[in-house]
Amino acid sequence: MTSFWSIWVIVLTLACLALIFGLLLWNLKNYVGVKEGESCGHEFDGIEEINNPLPKWWTYMFFATFVWAVYYLAAYPGLGNWQGLAKWTSSNQGVTSLAESKKATEEALAAGEKVQLDQEIIAAEERFGPIFEAFAKQDIETLAKDEKALEIGQRLFSQNCAQCHGSDARGGTGFPNLTDKDWLYGGTPDKIKETLLHGRIAAMPPWKAALGEQGVKEMTAFVLSLSGRKVNQKDADAGKAKFAMCAACHGMDGKGSVAHNLPFGAPNLTDNIWLYGGSQRAVEETLNNGRAGVMPAWKDILGEDKVHLLTAYVYSLSQDK
Amino acid sequence: MSQTVASQTEYNYKVVRQFAIMTVIWGIVGMGVGVLIAAQLAWPALNFDTPWLTYSRLRPLHTNAVIFAFGTSALFATSYYVVQRTCQTRLFSDKLAAFTFWGWQAIIVSAAITLPLGITTSKEYAELEWPIDIAIAVVWVTYAVVFFGTLIKRKVSHIYVANWFYAGFIITVAVLHIVNSMAVPVSLTKSYSIYAGAVDAMVQWWYGHNAVGFLLTAGFLGMMYYFVPKQAGRPVYSYRLSVVHFWALVSLYIWAGPHHLHYTALPDWTQSLGMVMSVILFVPSWGGMINGIMTLSGAWHKLRTDPVLRFLVVSLSFYGMSTFEGPMMAIKSVNALSHYTDWTVGHVHSGALGWVAMISIGAIYHLIPALFAQGNMYSVKLVNTHFWLHTVGVVLYIVAMWISGVMQGLMWRAVNADGTLMYSFVQSLEASKPFYIMRFLGGVFIVVGMLVMAYNVFRTVTAKSGSITTDANAQMA
Repeated sequence: MTSFWSIWVIVLTLACLALIFGLLLWNLKNYVGVKEGESCGHEFDGIEEINNPLPKWWTYMFFATFVWAVYYLAAYPGLGNWQGLAKWTSSNQGVTSLAESKKATEEALAAGEKVQLDQEIIAAEERFGPIFEAFAKQDIETLAKDEKALEIGQRLFSQNCAQCHGSDARGGTGFPNLTDKDWLYGGTPDKIKETLLHGRIAAMPPWKAALGEQGVKEMTAFVLSLSGRKVNQKDADAGKAKFAMCAACHGMDGKGSVAHNLPFGAPNLTDNIWLYGGSQRAVEETLNNGRAGVMPAWKDILGEDKVHLLTAYVYSLSQDK
Repeated sequence: MSQTVASQTEYNYKVVRQFAIMTVIWGIVGMGVGVLIAAQLAWPALNFDTPWLTYSRLRPLHTNAVIFAFGTSALFATSYYVVQRTCQTRLFSDKLAAFTFWGWQAIIVSAAITLPLGITTSKEYAELEWPIDIAIAVVWVTYAVVFFGTLIKRKVSHIYVANWFYAGFIITVAVLHIVNSMAVPVSLTKSYSIYAGAVDAMVQWWYGHNAVGFLLTAGFLGMMYYFVPKQAGRPVYSYRLSVVHFWALVSLYIWAGPHHLHYTALPDWTQSLGMVMSVILFVPSWGGMINGIMTLSGAWHKLRTDPVLRFLVVSLSFYGMSTFEGPMMAIKSVNALSHYTDWTVGHVHSGALGWVAMISIGAIYHLIPALFAQGNMYSVKLVNTHFWLHTVGVVLYIVAMWISGVMQGLMWRAVNADGTLMYSFVQSLEASKPFYIMRFLGGVFIVVGMLVMAYNVFRTVTAKSGSITTDANAQMA
């Protein structure tokens, strides 16, 4: 806020409060011209008004709120750019990224400012951090069999992951099912943890321009045939002839990047599990327009210890019980 | 009787009669829709998978109908009546007054058509699209011309306190409506606000809270200042108290909007300032309640026999209760618990059903016999029945929402020993269901009360002129 607007806010606020305070003081006196308790002398459609004094308890309440208001506006932000004697802010205002937020937190700590959100996070870290630190010392395979660990992992999952993957972790269109054995980036504890820590960005390019309408139809037929679906054989053969351009990510056999140890997150096309739908129309749409899948990186949001526990929970979902 | 008949020629009662009758009709419509959406929250299948019956479309219809159709018709009716009687002069212009009636009804009907169709700006309490917004501005400015024109040609030297409140309400609502509705139209049925981000949110709640402060508070305080002393037959308790609480109320309310945006992207200083002003506002709000209730000094016994006065006085108790609750909820740490829960819904309805509806109903029961040259309502017993139905309904509603709201707030913040949340959102919804049913029942009581009122009003209006006498009071036990 520029100093002009800051002064504008301060002057308007204080003037408003001062005027109301003055109004109150003025009306404590009897200026009406008749004795207290008597009618003011005017009458409106038979209604008269009595010149009674303001109730004392009400006046005291008014003074009390003014005293409190002056204290509050001195201690906390309110009067334009005035920061307040308590040096309090609710959060680091104006930060636009995690990095900026971290820097602002450190600066505020160094300056002795009370940033409420930061302090609450620090307090929560102190209280709950050791619980997750202890779990982080155990390996994921062990944690995946530990009921207490899985219970907490499940809670973390429903708070942070269920929004996309569903509370039963079975996913939905665009969001992988985490309970089966089909993995886009690998289902080993290490790979899952890598996915959670750093996130993933998957890009299926659009093929409409390169393949044309007929080409997309043929490629769809071939892709569907890979999982044993009945298709027009002529179309499928024509599609197969062009499959080399897909094989760079999905592999020549269409079994996906995990099977070929590639890092692209390209799905296995032969298992009849479809991330964006397996109808002819859905596959055509995928081929025409491409798809972009994003898994966020949780390292900076949850911290490594919680990600470790969460990994164990996700890993446990696809393990045979 | 002769006095009433004489005044009918002096004053323009036609427009008052029209607005008074429509108040009852729109009350039934608005509250009826409220009961339907309350039922939908308990039994979602009641939207019958029909888009225009869904909660999302009927909720704004409900709020618009009760605030702008029911409440504002009551304000039009009473302000036109009060300004004429207390200025001892006829309305400034009969034609313009008739224009405000037909214009306002047309606006309500267009709202009732466009909102179920899904045509909305998505700004709460300002959902109507730009062509209707322009119509509202035109009718409202005409209203101001009629009201202030009448004030100017008054035949008494002073302006009565009720008219200060009506005047404050009319001016401020015009400013709020015009500023908040500024938008860029892209088609006849779609526009985009000219404000963006946190500024848009702030302008919206500056409008939203003052729709409560000026339309639902100042306007109805104007109503209170005429009908309470009139019905009680007592002078207003304290002139000086009315001076202080009027000026303090209008100057503080306008700052209070940011408390709707605590813990959001709104800057800290704006939030704190809104909170400070909201807390001080508690005192002048109670000033109005004290002045109304103390006006009954020496007339308390009338509450035993006069259900109309009972409506008016109980409305003041609800006003006192919700203007205490509001400033408390504006305090950030309380708001952290109450915000986004049913507590807010309960608070709004203790104001809307307890204060606004009860004072309006009381005023209409006072007005109808006066406007239609009768000594009393057709049945005072039915007025009493209405009073109890309404009171029981309001209490059921508020208690249900308090319990459900505080429970939701506590469930959302409950954490396990490991710091994770104890409940999912759906669990809090499951826990709220019994209270949604209780709230629905409260709503049913209120609508049944309104139907009783409609019957009573119908019988009074259609009875032979002067055939219902004041002695009807005696039949009240």
